[in-house]
Amino acid sequence: MKGQVVVRLREEVLDPQGVTIGKALANLGYDNVASLRQGKIFDVELATDDPQEAERQLTAMAKQLLANPVIETFEVHVGSKV
Amino acid sequence: MRVGVVYFPGSNCEQDAVYACRQVGLEAEYVWHKQSLIEGFGALILAGGFSYGDHLRCGAIACSSPIMPAVERFAADGGLVLGICNGFQILAEMDMIPGTLLANNGLKFRCQDTLMRVERNDSPFTNACEVGQVLRINMAHYEGNYFAEPETLQRLEANGQVVMRFGPAADESGGEFNPNGSIADIAAISNEAGNVMGLMPHPERAMQSALGSTDGRLVFESLRRAIDARDGDSQAFVALEGKPAGV
Repeated sequence: MKGQVVVRLREEVLDPQGVTIGKALANLGYDNVASLRQGKIFDVELATDDPQEAERQLTAMAKQLLANPVIETFEVHVGSKV
Repeated sequence: MRVGVVYFPGSNCEQDAVYACRQVGLEAEYVWHKQSLIEGFGALILAGGFSYGDHLRCGAIACSSPIMPAVERFAADGGLVLGICNGFQILAEMDMIPGTLLANNGLKFRCQDTLMRVERNDSPFTNACEVGQVLRINMAHYEGNYFAEPETLQRLEANGQVVMRFGPAADESGGEFNPNGSIADIAAISNEAGNVMGLMPHPERAMQSALGSTDGRLVFESLRRAIDARDGDSQAFVALEGKPAGV
């Protein structure tokens, strides 16, 4: 089944890439952008049909490799919404 | 006792590190990351470069290499481990050193001489230096902006884990200078026991006056003294896999 891990920078960590992207949008005329932060999405296909098992595995993957807990937080999504 | 210089696909400073060890009279040899156990080394150096092309986060993929559990065990047994540049990033990703390394302030890759103040000389990596001595050593990185949460930083300072800080400007403009935005000007930090240290600038590139500085020798000389002092008291692991052809 399909799962997704969304990784974001923690709020207290400065995101210079996000700032730069926000400024680029303003340069393109999108002058309504008050702030912008960028992150990462991992789409993962797992060889299981059990959503709880999928969520458990994706959480373990996020903790061990996909996110760095010092600077990042993550969310795990499983199933039809993904 | 020999020094093992651990390198990965994408590392590019392993030859300089081996050269630097030999310059101060240390035996050194390459240790390929596929090796899963290590034998008879007094110290390990995780070489700089761009392991795995810096994919995901700098140093993150290297953590899954077969060598890393052995490095972790070597350090847990008290073995000396020095991570330089990408090696520092790997140690941080392994949680062998607290904190992490963010993109430099200004989002610039910076390759320049930098000055660092030695904060303590009871470390195996600085025992040939004086406290307060300023070393001129080149740095070259994009992600060297050391970051730790306030509580972690407080703990590091209380434990004296900050081994070197960026000092006055290397361009002789004077004043305090921090080339990458590191919190508390941190350039080198150790684990709590002090036997593992991460360092962003490259001492192995500061071994010859023709190349601008010989201050890197002090780091390797310190390592030699520390290894001599501990000789005969080192871990003995069994080597399993060999090195790749051509090394």
